[in-house]
Amino acid sequence: MRDRVHRGRLAVLFAIVTSLMLTLLGRMWYLQITTGPEYARAATENRVRTVSLPPVRGRILDVHGRPLVTNRTRPQVSVDYMTLIHQPDRGRAVLARLAEALDRPYEEIANRARLCGQGVSRPCWPGSPYEPIIVADDVDARTALSIAERQDEFPGVGTALRPVRVYPLGTAAAHLLGYLQPASAAAGSGGGARLVGRDGLEAQYDEVLAGRPGVREIAVNSAGKVTGVLGEQDPEPGDDLVTSIDSRIQKITERALATTIAKARKRGEPADAGAAVVLEARTGRVTALASHPSYDPAVWGRDLSQQDFESLPLASNAVLGQWAPGSTWKIVSTAAAVRAGRKPGASYDCPGSYQVGGRSFRNFEGAALGRMNLHRALVVSCDTIFYRFADQMWRRDGGLDPVRRPKDPMQAMAREFGFGDRTGVDLPNEAAGRVPDRDWKKATWERTKEATCRRAKTGYPEESDRKRAAYLKALAAENCRSGGVWWAGDAANFSIGQGDVLVTPLQLARGYAALANGGKLFSPRIAKAVVGPDGTVLRKIKPPVVGKVAVSRKTLSYIRDALADVPREGTAAGAFAGFPFDRLAVAGKTGTAEAYGRQDTSWFASFAPAERPKYVVVVVVSQGGTGGSTAAPAAREIWEGIYRLPARSSARGGGGR
Amino acid sequence: MTIPRPFGIRPALARGRSRLARARTARRSVSASLDWWVTVPAAVLCGIGLLLVWSATRNEPDVSLLSRQVLSVFLGFVLMWLVSRRDPRVLRAYVPVLYLLTLAGLVAVLTPLGRTVNGSHAWIFLGSGLQFQPSEFAKVALILALAAVLGELREGERRPGRGAVLLALALAAAPIGLIMFQPDYGTILVFAVITGGMILVSGAPKRWLAGLAAAGALAVLLVWLLGLVQPYQIQRLMVLTDPDADPMGLGYNATQARIAIGSGGLLGKGLFRGDQTAGHFVPEQHTDFIFTVAGEELGFLGCAFIVLLMLFVLWRGLLIAARSATPYGTVLAGGVVCWLAFQTFVNVGMTIGLLPITGLPLPFVSYGGSATISTLTAIGLLGTVRRRTDLPGRPTGQSQP
Repeated sequence: MRDRVHRGRLAVLFAIVTSLMLTLLGRMWYLQITTGPEYARAATENRVRTVSLPPVRGRILDVHGRPLVTNRTRPQVSVDYMTLIHQPDRGRAVLARLAEALDRPYEEIANRARLCGQGVSRPCWPGSPYEPIIVADDVDARTALSIAERQDEFPGVGTALRPVRVYPLGTAAAHLLGYLQPASAAAGSGGGARLVGRDGLEAQYDEVLAGRPGVREIAVNSAGKVTGVLGEQDPEPGDDLVTSIDSRIQKITERALATTIAKARKRGEPADAGAAVVLEARTGRVTALASHPSYDPAVWGRDLSQQDFESLPLASNAVLGQWAPGSTWKIVSTAAAVRAGRKPGASYDCPGSYQVGGRSFRNFEGAALGRMNLHRALVVSCDTIFYRFADQMWRRDGGLDPVRRPKDPMQAMAREFGFGDRTGVDLPNEAAGRVPDRDWKKATWERTKEATCRRAKTGYPEESDRKRAAYLKALAAENCRSGGVWWAGDAANFSIGQGDVLVTPLQLARGYAALANGGKLFSPRIAKAVVGPDGTVLRKIKPPVVGKVAVSRKTLSYIRDALADVPREGTAAGAFAGFPFDRLAVAGKTGTAEAYGRQDTSWFASFAPAERPKYVVVVVVSQGGTGGSTAAPAAREIWEGIYRLPARSSARGGGGR
Repeated sequence: MTIPRPFGIRPALARGRSRLARARTARRSVSASLDWWVTVPAAVLCGIGLLLVWSATRNEPDVSLLSRQVLSVFLGFVLMWLVSRRDPRVLRAYVPVLYLLTLAGLVAVLTPLGRTVNGSHAWIFLGSGLQFQPSEFAKVALILALAAVLGELREGERRPGRGAVLLALALAAAPIGLIMFQPDYGTILVFAVITGGMILVSGAPKRWLAGLAAAGALAVLLVWLLGLVQPYQIQRLMVLTDPDADPMGLGYNATQARIAIGSGGLLGKGLFRGDQTAGHFVPEQHTDFIFTVAGEELGFLGCAFIVLLMLFVLWRGLLIAARSATPYGTVLAGGVVCWLAFQTFVNVGMTIGLLPITGLPLPFVSYGGSATISTLTAIGLLGTVRRRTDLPGRPTGQSQP
């Protein structure tokens, strides 16, 4: 037995030892019993990874079921991020070997194997580190096989056949179809390497096409190595989208547009952009939609640098391009004039110029064409007759001191034809165009008044051309003083589609479709139906009627008859010389819109057959010269293509406007 | 309190038994010299340890880990038995030799013979997979040496004198200094705690203890102020206060350990059925983090069982210390108790997020030859102290064959 001192000290030790062990027990209780369920959840998260299995995206088909976009399986090489970073050198050696086997630069492979994040520029992997990171696309099968066989040399490297988007039409319909981009993490809903439509039909019908990704739950160990599959749900493939696009006509349309632009450039016109639209006149379906410049959608299958991406002409001029419509606008002016009481068959003088508000507004090239009815006015595209109509209407509305509710018959008619408003076509981006009127002018003036008035004082010292600087200064001074006023001249300009009017090619096409079909204004549709992977039609898509042009059938018929003579003997006669009108009566209207500081915008809006129109074809070439010389020949080529007519022997564009 | 009470017989002390007499009763003394109240719990802990090591290493390519540990446990029990058969005074005679051998071993670690494992240069490599950690054996040697100094009282003395305490401090300082070069701060702490605990148990005056505590605090302060603390050590402390601060970096061990233990719940997922263990989420799981396997697979009940078994061993050790016939035995047993208690607390504490991460094994349970053998030897030391107590079952001629 030890003495009292030792016993006391041992008692202290006893107390310490006991309390230490009880402390452990208490903490263990807290950890395992109190917060145990939380840690059990953490443990599951620790070892279970959810990998998203990409579904096969639906195809986009043309009206005959021919694919516009489809999928092809390509051998792809991917790396497993978790395996790589657990290599002693963080996978550098493996990637170097891989780069060598693929015959690609190491940098490229290594960059693609990075995870995207702040300060990491393309290329990088936008998805989850637990998904296979694709480092090489379209590897030839032999290389892929040899990599797959040497797993010991390539730990964490996988090869698989994966579907990629392919475009059987080549460059055709690139804008229409749109493209896919990785869903950004910010967009939520899984994000990762999932691709979503970013433009065109791919974006508009993304939900239809995308399908539902499958989910695979895998168990991993601490090294991220997969130890088993816990559950798997197969992906559901996306539905196919059947469109009203006719790939044959689409190709013809694009070729015609490209050809005419090339020819215009050869003639010395800038011809910097263009678009062409083929619409079914009676249904509002889009048969072809072309935009120039275009790009090859195959770029999406390749690795695209940020710079290349930004330099692609992604905007479709068919729906985003806006130009003054020029004389194609006269169908609106004519309809408005007739509704306002003008007799179409009466005789009107077409002088070389007409005085509006103290200023002389001239005919094209100042020609005086004598007396004529409205039929003739459309055929020869007389401007002065419409100037007078506009001037009279403007004065009836009170002129500079407008009545409380001006009728603005021309603007009202323009809106009935669907201008100044988005067509609502099934594409994600669309411009609205512009129908200028008193209110618009005033609002614009108020918005810009300050800058304009400053310019009226300071002038344009930075302008080297002194004449131009003086002109701009005078303009600024006038605008500062009375810019918000809707002058008679504005009304006159409006009547012939000049000045501040802006239309998109698709808007003009549906306006002409309304003229052709008796007044029905459609919201055009490209998609026709959604078809399931098994071929069943899941949904039919019909272009809705969104308006009615309140003009008598007689008037519309009168205008159509007039337009039927334009290619035969009017402004498009040169372009349609030798055209077999007996086989296809094409009716149309040329347009040559002036743009300050730029070459004229060349338009041709047409429909055929004239008696019972089936299609509407609209072509525009920015800075392309007169409508008759550039746009009309392209339209002719499209018509010939649609109806398989013999191509014109002598390709000679007329000078008509 | 459940310290097992001794049974009624109060036998005479068996002093001065001749070696011959002991040889005669050798067979009986196997059972008699071992104290079953510590041996059986220690054996159970070793058994649990083997199961847990098996579980932690069953997916490893190196299957020899389990058999090595079986061998270590076996050697440990042999050594335990051999030590417990010795009379305490005989052991005391070996002290100078053991102590010097220990110092030699700790020096050898610092020579090219030494080997670095997990950042600590604490191993001596003997070739073909054989290696040992002198600092583990040094713990036994230190306890023996300090007991010899602090427990050897002059006639009439009831507590060690100033000279004895200073000598004890000097004896502890030498190995501590050598281990600083490895460096292995966990082991240094164990040495410090053993020394402090033995001085406490020896009955040294309270002001001395207060002085020691003050000196210890000062040392910690100095180490901190002089910037001797490595950045990783500060970070280990930071991670302790906020384990989620860096879950994939420094906090990884701590976080994973806590997830493994916490997910065990009350009953655990069952032996060999721990997902976290199978997935090797906790690093060093068969050695310093063996307790996480227990936590996940055996749950709170299994963990509590381990801790209570250890507490039982410690209580029994304290009882042996209390009943020791000599101050030497008291101090010796006290040293063993301090060692096992501290190391258990630090090891389990770090796995459950109570203490920062240090590289100390869990006595009896963790994989590791040197640690297993030296802790079992320490149990043998308790056995030898018990020989000279009034506890029942001690070897006397009157014991039944």
